[in-house]
Amino acid sequence: MLRIEGLTKTYKTGDKALSDVSFDVPQGQVVGLIGPSGAGKSTLIRCINRLVEPTSGKVLLNDLDLPALRSADLRRARRRIGMIFQEYALVERLTVMENVLSGRLGYVGFWRSFMRRYPASDISNAFRLLDRVGLMQHADKRADALSGGQRQRVGIARALAQDPELLLIDEPTASLDPKTSRQIMRLIMEICRERGLPAIINIHDVVLAQQFTDRIIGLQAGRVVFDGPPAGLTEDVLTQIYGEEDWTAMRKGAAEDAEAEAEEKAQAEKLLRAL
Amino acid sequence: MSTAYPTTWRKPPQMIQSRGWRIALALGAIVYLFLAIGTIEVNWARVIAGMERAQRFVAGFLQPDFTTRWRDISNGLMESLTMTFTSTVVGVAISIPIGVGAARNVAPRAVYLVCRAIIAVSRALQEIIVAIFFVALFGFGAFAGFLTLTFATIGFIGKLLAEDIEDIDEAQAEAIRATGASWIQLINYAIQPQVMPRLIGLSLYRLDINFRESAVIGIVGAGGIGAALNTSLSRYEYDSAGAILLIIIAIVMMAEYSSGYLRKWVK
Repeated sequence: MLRIEGLTKTYKTGDKALSDVSFDVPQGQVVGLIGPSGAGKSTLIRCINRLVEPTSGKVLLNDLDLPALRSADLRRARRRIGMIFQEYALVERLTVMENVLSGRLGYVGFWRSFMRRYPASDISNAFRLLDRVGLMQHADKRADALSGGQRQRVGIARALAQDPELLLIDEPTASLDPKTSRQIMRLIMEICRERGLPAIINIHDVVLAQQFTDRIIGLQAGRVVFDGPPAGLTEDVLTQIYGEEDWTAMRKGAAEDAEAEAEEKAQAEKLLRAL
Repeated sequence: MSTAYPTTWRKPPQMIQSRGWRIALALGAIVYLFLAIGTIEVNWARVIAGMERAQRFVAGFLQPDFTTRWRDISNGLMESLTMTFTSTVVGVAISIPIGVGAARNVAPRAVYLVCRAIIAVSRALQEIIVAIFFVALFGFGAFAGFLTLTFATIGFIGKLLAEDIEDIDEAQAEAIRATGASWIQLINYAIQPQVMPRLIGLSLYRLDINFRESAVIGIVGAGGIGAALNTSLSRYEYDSAGAILLIIIAIVMMAEYSSGYLRKWVK
């Protein structure tokens, strides 16, 4: 399905973000990509759809070598790779529906997209996706009128509107509260299962990654240092990826933290509203 | 084991570290200021004579005469308004592609350089100089004024639009690029929604700048209300001039008020 071979990225500044990264992702597998900030997680998924140009190496999606594509072919390849972003990256001043339909941009001509006259099948599909993520009644709202969790759902619908063969997901929960984070992760997993979609999820939260993904890849300074099932993430492995820390405490504390944090957040919001 | 922390704190000097240099520079600036003022020659006799004229001017202002020259005034006004409106519309229409081309994050390097050069030329030449040039080329009248204001609008809107495009939230553009959108779709879906409110605001702002400029360039022969103002001033008809100035002020204030309202509305 997706095969990465010897992927290397050196930035102009000389920083080596990725060195010789190789792995395969079979059909339907959800991979959690973990690692400390600056380990190259974001760069890695952006090298796949070439929002960042890899320096060398191969990225084969169904035997199509993505780094070798020229611009028109690259666009055709990109439309089959859905991407979900950390800060949602919705176009804030467009409506929810326009944001979802923008997932079809690679399929329709400029004039159709400019006049917002999408084919009937695209429109009914967009409504179906909005219904799937539970935002049917928000279709005509502007994206900046939604809450964080709702925006991320629109982001998911946009990625699915592309009719993707692969999902790239960059820190989907980093700007969400713990409860919403879990809901979003669950939604992403359900959708991947429904469609048999493979996905690569960059994720900071180790507990969340273990709970939801099929396989974990650990990056450290641009190299793969762990590749295995979530259960294989032992303390030694975590120390190897992130450095010395009391990992058992983190795991035990995580659940309590999540609750406390949610409560605190609700409190803060109440305060803000009162102000 | 309590440490005694300092109780006073001063912001450290930001630009010049040495105290001596700071004092020397400040003294130098003051001395220069006095010397510079000393070199201005004032002809007090002329100032007193001028005061009398200023008095007449103010008197004219206080008793503006709208009626005697109403024909000239209304013709000039219509010409100015037409000139302002057409030049803003045409100018903005031309400056949009130039502004997009001059934004480093969306335009290829060669296009960027060409568009920046166009903007630089437009901004380097002051309206009056351009107006004199166009009057020499096309003769007296509103057409020269229209061309001048269009030319000036391109530099103004082009530059500010380009800077606004360079300041957009890149994540939104990245997301649209990731869907497989073409360049023009990227502009329409990711860039346009982000810069549109500001573009509308800038266009309205330029509309009232163009109206004010139309009064100034009229003085060098580019038609409009400025020509009427020039005529009445050279005839020493300060009451008519006062009326014209009052009209200009009223229109600028109206434009200011309504553009503020519109800008709030398009947010």
